[in-house]
This record gives sequence, C-alpha cells and structure tokens, in this order.
Amino acid sequence: MSEFKVRTMATLAAAGEEAEILFWVGCAGSFDERAQKITKAVAKILHAANLQFAILGTEEACTGDPAKRAGNEFLFQMMAMQNIETLNAYGIKKIVTACPHCFNTLKNEYPALGGNYEVLHHTTLINQLLNDGKIAIKGGAFKGQRITYHDSCYLGRANDIYEAPREIIEKLDAALIEMKRSKANGLCCGAGGAQMFKEAEEGSKEVNIERADDILETNSNVVASACPFCMTMLRDGVKHHNKEAEIDVKDLAELVANAMDL
Amino acid sequence: MPKILFGSNQLPNIVLQEKHMISSIVFLILTGVASYFFAKNLSKIRRNILLGKDIDLSDNKPLRFKTMLGVAFGQSKMKARPVPFVLHFIVYAGFILINIEVLEILIDGIFGTHRVLSVFGPIYDIAIGFFEILAFAVSIACIIFLSRRYILKIARFQSPELKGFASRDAATILFIEIVLMGALLKMNAADQILQLRGVDHYINAGSFPISSWLVVPFYNWLNMSNASLILLERIAWWFHIIGIFLFMNYLPFSKHFHIIMAFPNTWYSNLKAKGELNNMASVTQEVKLMLDPSAQTPEGYQPPTSFGVKDVTDLTWKNLMDAYTCTECGRCTSVCPQNQTGKTLSPRKVMMDTRDRLEEVGKNIDANKGTFVDDSKNLHSYISEAELWACNTCNACVEACPVNINPMEIIVEMRRYKVMEQSAAPAAINNMFSNMENNQAPWQFSPMDRANWTQED
Repeated sequence: MSEFKVRTMATLAAAGEEAEILFWVGCAGSFDERAQKITKAVAKILHAANLQFAILGTEEACTGDPAKRAGNEFLFQMMAMQNIETLNAYGIKKIVTACPHCFNTLKNEYPALGGNYEVLHHTTLINQLLNDGKIAIKGGAFKGQRITYHDSCYLGRANDIYEAPREIIEKLDAALIEMKRSKANGLCCGAGGAQMFKEAEEGSKEVNIERADDILETNSNVVASACPFCMTMLRDGVKHHNKEAEIDVKDLAELVANAMDL
Repeated sequence: MPKILFGSNQLPNIVLQEKHMISSIVFLILTGVASYFFAKNLSKIRRNILLGKDIDLSDNKPLRFKTMLGVAFGQSKMKARPVPFVLHFIVYAGFILINIEVLEILIDGIFGTHRVLSVFGPIYDIAIGFFEILAFAVSIACIIFLSRRYILKIARFQSPELKGFASRDAATILFIEIVLMGALLKMNAADQILQLRGVDHYINAGSFPISSWLVVPFYNWLNMSNASLILLERIAWWFHIIGIFLFMNYLPFSKHFHIIMAFPNTWYSNLKAKGELNNMASVTQEVKLMLDPSAQTPEGYQPPTSFGVKDVTDLTWKNLMDAYTCTECGRCTSVCPQNQTGKTLSPRKVMMDTRDRLEEVGKNIDANKGTFVDDSKNLHSYISEAELWACNTCNACVEACPVNINPMEIIVEMRRYKVMEQSAAPAAINNMFSNMENNQAPWQFSPMDRANWTQED
C-alpha cells in the first residue's frame, strides 16, 4: 500500500503504541488474489476513517473454521488456542474482519476457549462509519446501477446480519434489487461447511450455478457480496453463464472504496 | 340394550338409568384402556429420548416461554408459506378448539348426561355453531392437503424418503381427520332433528350452521324414525370418541406426534446464534495437554473414550426430541442447497433416519430386558458419507423448520465421528487439514507470505 503503511500489532507494541482495532484479515483475504483486493479496500477505508488499526501479519493463523465444520474439533481447538494466545497477549479488545466465517468463529466460538472480543464484520463497521460521518461517499458513483446483494450464510442466518449490507447499498444511491431467495431465505453460494476445499458430491448441478441463476434473474450490473468465499463461488457461477462482462461481482468494501475514490 | 335404542322416551326411568350405567361403564373402560396404552407409549418415547446425552437447556426461561408461545402456539415460522399456513392453521385451531367438545363428550360419557355444557346457554350455542364451521373447514383443509400430496404432487412431498410408511402415514392422518369431522357433523344432524321433534333427553342446545344443510336434508329424505335417528346419533357419538382414542394411540407411531412435541421442542430451542457450533469440552482438555505437556489434568480427569456421534445414543436428548418432533413437512429439504442441486443429502431424511434408528434401539432394549444388545448397526448405517459430506452448514434447514429442529447439528456430530474416530474424511478434506496444521491456512501457502499484500498497491 503506497499511500500508507499497514502496521502489525508487533510493530505497534514495539513502538509502545496501541491499536483501536485489530483488522483480522483471514486466509482468503491474505492469500487469495481476488480476495486481497477486498482486504486492501477495507484497509483503505479504515485508514480514511482515521482508525488506528493493525493486523497480526505473520502471527495470524486460520481461525480453524473449516476444520470445525468438517468435524476436526482437535485441529480447530489447536488453531483457536494458538490464536487466542496471540490475541490475548496483545490485549486485543476489538476486531474487524471481512470474512463472515472468521467473524462467526471469533465472535461465537472463541469465548468458550477463553477468547472474548468485540467482533465486527466489515459491513457493520463501514455502515457505522458512514452513519457517524467518519467516512463519506462522494457523489453517486453507482447512481442508477442495479445492485443485487448475496447474503452470506454466516452473516445472515448464522448471525442475523441482514440490514447493514443493504443500508450500505442504499447509501451508494444504487437500486437494490433483491433476488427471489434473499435474507433468511438466501441460498448458499456452495462454499460453506468446508465444501470450498473439496469436490461437490454427486448431483445434477453445482450450488454456485444455481445461485448464479438467481443473480441473472435480477438483471443487475453488480452483485455485492460480503464474503471472500462467496466471491469465488459467485464469480465462477457468473462465468459459467458467460456473463462476467455484464455482471461485476464486488465486495461491499470495494464498492464503498470505489465510491470514496480510494 | 338394543331394545333401549328404540324409543327411549317411552321407557321407565329405572331402565333408562340402567342403560346409562352400562354405557358409562363401557365408556370408562374404553377411556382407561386408551389412556393406558397412550401413557405407556409416551413413557417409551420419553425413555428413548433420555437415551441421549445430557445437555443443559434450563437457562433463560422467559425467552424459552416466549419462543414456545410464538413458534409453537403462534405458528410464527409457518407464515413463510402462506397457503399451507392458512390451511394448517385451520386444522390446528380445529384440533385445539374442537377438543372443548371432546371434553363435553368425556363428561357426557361418564355421567350419562347429554350436552352437559349447554348450561352455558347462548355461549354454548355459539360455540357449537363455531365448531361445526371449524369441523367443515378442517375437512376441506384436509382434502386440499391430500390433493397437494397426491394430485398436485408438490415437490417436497415426492422425495425418496417419503416412500412407503411415511406416505401412508400422512394419508392415514388426513383420512382419520376427515372421518372424525364427518362423524361430528352426522351426530349433530341427528341430534338437531331429535331436538326439533322434542324427543326426551335431546334437550334444545347448540346451533348447527353446517349439518343443518349438509346432512339434515339427507336424513329427512330418508324419512328416519326417532329410533333410527337415536341409533345414528349414538353410533356417530361412539364412533367419534372411539376414533379419537384410536387417533391418540396412533400418534406415538406417527409423524403426527408433532402436535404434542412442538411445544416442548420449541421450549428447548437453541437460543444462541445459529452459527455457533458447540464447543467439545472433552477435546479442550486433550488439546491443552497436547499444547502444553506440563499442564496439570484436573482431579479425577477421565480422558474421553469417543468423539462425535456413532449412534443415536451419542446424540443429545434434544437431538432425539427433534427426531420425534419432526412431522416430515420437508421445508428443510426444499431449501437445502445441496438437495436442490440433486445431491442425496436431505435434512428431513436425517431426522427420519434418527427416529427410525432410535426406535430400533428402543425395541432392542425392550426385547433384551432393558439392555441394548449390539446389532452391528449404528446411525451411520442409515446416513451415508455422501450425505454427510455434502452439507454446507448454511443453516437453511434450521431456519426453515417451523418447530426449531436442527438437522445440521446431527450432520456435524457425525462428521466428527468420521474424522476423529475413523480418520475417514474425503482426501481433499484431509489435505485441507494438513495444510492448516503445516501452513496455518487451509491452502498450501507459506505462512511467512501472509502479509505480502501490504507491500502491493
């Protein structure tokens, strides 16, 4: 990042400084090329909001979510305890993450193992920053665009977060077009429950293609997602229908960063 | 006895009383037998549910009460599908309210009275009239339900798991309900003619907005005598109450048991975020010892003997209660992303398999004087790996269930057994595990590259 430097908790601690909030990047956000763009957009927004944030950098490890969903509780707890030790050592109180799976695990499953933090998903934080005037969206970069929003299962049904992402889209001055299956009835992208890491079982169709059908029905220019795994699945689904030129799959953070000219 | 049925108004009081006594005794015996078998089967189900592992769900009683009131009593989650919601609400309201009339039948049956609640006067008349309308509406709703299943063939009623008993079960229940409602209307029709004719014992009570045009003209056309009408009225009365007793005793074997279980099952709802999977405390201690060999084990610590769910007895009693609560409506399966894309996974089947296996285990225990004798089967004999490994843990099934059943939890617990007891995960999943162990990420990236993105634009 050329405009500013993303600092790690270790460098902050060495300088005797404290961070207001930890940006938990997650594995997809760290390594997946497409998801890295989401990560950078979030970092730019946090910076623009003048938030003193830091990442764990190489000290961050997978939360263990896919291991837990796949039934490997041993591996999950090993990952979790290792992370909790790191987080507690830095005295972390508040965490923001752009991954709903990390969000769910940190928020709901770490407390039983001694990790108690205020955990926010980036859509909630960004919406708050917009509401509080800490950041502002310039003009109507997306004015008149048809944007549909794909609910991530781990934000929506798992944690009842349906409104913050939609409020952001409204603030973009775009027309929010709901898919026939949305909010509590939203259809999974097909990645959750460790499916991301294996071939689908035998069937008649891939889940992400079924979801892409819903997207196509809305005649939208943009599909907003809020999860790096949904991002991968939806992009593949849209590509399957040869619609990647007409339909952009973007994370909400990218849309906001774009509208902020970041 | 048969003689009494012909013109009871001419009989001396003493014979009348004797008649009532005999029928009261028969009625009491029937009630006793029906209640005995019902209680016996209920206690068997209770025993089966308690074969599950303990889980503490005694917290937050006000919220539990509120959830039960909204979800079970108020049917809040049914509203997602308006047509079945309205139809089901009619049948549900009929079930609850017509039971007031059953209460009267019980009192009349025991004391030989007739329409004893008519002491309430006009309120009684309105109530009986309302019940007639309800009974008619219930019959219509049940006919529509039957046609949805067997004529319109709505997709969620055509799944493979509904073949055989499950399909017959649904038809049986709907058929019994139509027949019972019919008996009520036939009884009322005969009763009102007898009332009009001023036949002794048939006091003027009730109003009959349905049977008066639906059934009475038919009786009038037959030009029936008082005696035959009394016979008809009595037959319908006995048919109705015996039907109810049979229905009650069919419940514990049927999916229709949800009419009872919906209430306790929603009381014991999961009150946490749906995304939270339970923490395995047994693993926590082991992991602590693994990470820090010098850590002290708590006094009396017993290392766990098994992980995850092999058989139904490894599930919690709430999972087992879920299985007995399931009425196989298939809302879960109809929203399952995997089922919708042609995979074998069906959350409804997971619940049906759990109940079937639990029944099997229960029968095994009964047959072997109270102890389970290994039958070389377990829950995995019913639910395949292809089903288990298809799940997205997306919570759509949990969200869709009108009585807060959680099929997903059973799937994850069974995966735990596969992985931690049998090391039998799909190869790609095992790969993901080893990446996580070695690289702290599910993919094969170097952990040292985790913050590389900060160096790019």
